[in-house]
Amino acid sequence: MLSTKQKLGWAIVTVLVLIYALFPVLSILMTSFKSPADLASGKFLPAQFVTDNYEQIFVGDAKDLFLPALWNSIGISLIATFIAVVLATLCAYAIARLDFPGKRIVLTTALMVSMFPVISIVTPLFNLWRQVGLYDTWLGLIIPYLSLTLPISIWTLAAFFQQIPWDLERAAQVDGASTWQAFRKVIVPLTAPGVFTTAIIAFFIAWNDFVYGIGLTSTSAARPVPAALAFFTGASQFEDPAGAISAAAIIVTIPVVLLVLAFQRQIVSGLTQGAVKG
Amino acid sequence: MSTTVDSSTPTSQTNRAPKGKRQISDRVRAERKLGWLLAGPAFIIMLLVTLYPIAQAVYDSLFSFRLTAPGDKEFVFLGNYATVFSDILFWKDLGVTLLITVVTVGVELVLGLALALVMHSAIKATRGLLRTAILVPYGIITVVSAFAWFYAFDITTGYVNNWFDWVPGIGPDFNWFSSAGPALSIIMASEIWKTTPFISLLLLSGLAQVPGELSEAARVDGASAWQRLTKVILPNMKAAIMVAVVFRALDAFRIFDNIFIMTQGQYGTEALSLLAYRTSIGRWKLASARRSP
Repeated sequence: MLSTKQKLGWAIVTVLVLIYALFPVLSILMTSFKSPADLASGKFLPAQFVTDNYEQIFVGDAKDLFLPALWNSIGISLIATFIAVVLATLCAYAIARLDFPGKRIVLTTALMVSMFPVISIVTPLFNLWRQVGLYDTWLGLIIPYLSLTLPISIWTLAAFFQQIPWDLERAAQVDGASTWQAFRKVIVPLTAPGVFTTAIIAFFIAWNDFVYGIGLTSTSAARPVPAALAFFTGASQFEDPAGAISAAAIIVTIPVVLLVLAFQRQIVSGLTQGAVKG
Repeated sequence: MSTTVDSSTPTSQTNRAPKGKRQISDRVRAERKLGWLLAGPAFIIMLLVTLYPIAQAVYDSLFSFRLTAPGDKEFVFLGNYATVFSDILFWKDLGVTLLITVVTVGVELVLGLALALVMHSAIKATRGLLRTAILVPYGIITVVSAFAWFYAFDITTGYVNNWFDWVPGIGPDFNWFSSAGPALSIIMASEIWKTTPFISLLLLSGLAQVPGELSEAARVDGASAWQRLTKVILPNMKAAIMVAVVFRALDAFRIFDNIFIMTQGQYGTEALSLLAYRTSIGRWKLASARRSP
C-alpha cells in the first residue's frame, strides 16, 4: 500500500506531466475563443468566450480557405494511410513469415527512406510534378506521402507480426477448419490490432505533413490544412488572423485527441515495438 | 534500429519438412518468389518516391538553370557546390541547424528519460492517464504546435510577457521574434515539446528491458536512487538511448515547420531546410505570385 505522502507525490508528478503535455493545447484553445478585440489583451483567458473564430472558418470569410483544406487533408491522409498499410501488411507478412534473400535490404531501405530529409525530395518532385501535371493535385501529394507512411508501417507491422503465434493457423486446420475459415477466424483476429495500430500511426504522420503540403500545392485544389494555416489572413488587412488560425488548429487537433484517447495503449505498444524490435 | 536486426528476421524453418533434397529447393524457390511478390510493391514504391528525386537532384546539381526556365540548362559540373560552400549563408544556416539539433536532442534526452521513469514507475491509477497525456504532443500537428507557442509569446497576442514581467529583460514590449536568441529558444521549445514524447516512449521500452532484480540488488547493497540510475539502469539501456539519439538527431537536422511558421527564417533563425526551400520552390512561388497577383 502507498503511504499518503507517496500518494501526494504521485499526484504532484501527474499534474506536472499533465501541464507539460496539455498546456500549449490549452493555450491555443483559449486563443481560439477570444474575440478580435480581445486578441491583444495580453491575458491567457478570453475576457468572454465567443465562437466568432469558428464561425469565420466554417461559414465566414475564411471558409473558402479552410473547408477545402480540411477536405484535402482528410482525403489525402486517409488514402495515403490506406495504401501504405495495405502494401506494408503484405511486405511485413513476407518479412515475418517467409524466408527470402533481401529482406534485410527491404528493412534497411525503409529505415533510410524514413530518415531522409524531405526537403531534398520535394524540389525534384516539384519540377517533375509540374511537367507531368501532378502539381497541386491529390495524387501529387499521395505519392510522396507514401515515402512518409510506408517505412514506419513496414517496421511497425514486421514487429507486430513476429509476435503472432502463426502455428494457430495450422492448429485450426488440423481441427478441421478450411483455409478460408482459418484465415478469417484465426489470422484476421490476430493481425487486425497490429494493422489498425499501424494505420493510426501512419495517419498521424500524413496528417502532420507540412513540407510537401506547401511545396507541391498552390491552390485549394490540394492544399492540406497545415499548409493552409500559413496562408490565413485576417478578415481585413489590418486584422490579426490569430483567432481564425487558432480555431482551425483546434479543429485539426480534435481527431488526434480522439484517437489518442481511444487507442492510447495500442499506439504506445505500436511505437515502442517498431523501434525496439528493429 | 540496427542493434537487434537478427531477431527481426526469423527464418520460417518450421515450414519445411525434411523430405527429398529436390522438394526442399522447390519449396525454397516458391517461398522466395512469394516473399518478393509480397514485399516487392512496397519496396519498389519506396525506391521510386525517394531514389528517383534524389538521383534527379544530384543530376540537376551539376547544371546551372532557373526553375522558371528549366529548359535553359548549362553544365557547370561541381560549380553549384563551390557556390554553396563558399556562401557564408550556407555555413551560418548549417550552424543554426547544428545548434538546434544538439540543444533539442540533449534536452529531449533528459526530459524524455524523466518522463519515461515517471511512466515506468507510475502507480496503476495514473499510468493510463500519463501515457494518454504525453501522446497528445506526439500526435499534434507540428504547425499547430508552432502556432500555439508563437501566439503565447508573440508581442500582440501573447500573455507570457505579462506573466513574467518580474523577470529582468522581459516586459510587455519584449519582442521574442525579432532576434535570433529568443526566437530560436521558442522554436526549440516547440520542437522539444512536440517530439519528447516519442523519445520518452523509446526510452520507456528500453527501461522495461532492464531486469528489475539488478536495480533491486543494488538497492539492497545500499546504492542511492541516483547511483542506481547512473550505474545500473542507464548502462543497461544503452541500445535504446542510442536508437533514440540517432533517430531524433536525424529528425531534428531537417527542422522546417516550426521555423517557417514563427520567423520564416528571418533574424538569423534560418536552418538548412529553409535555405533549400527559399532558394528553390520559394523563389519560384514568389516569382509566379508577382506574375499573377
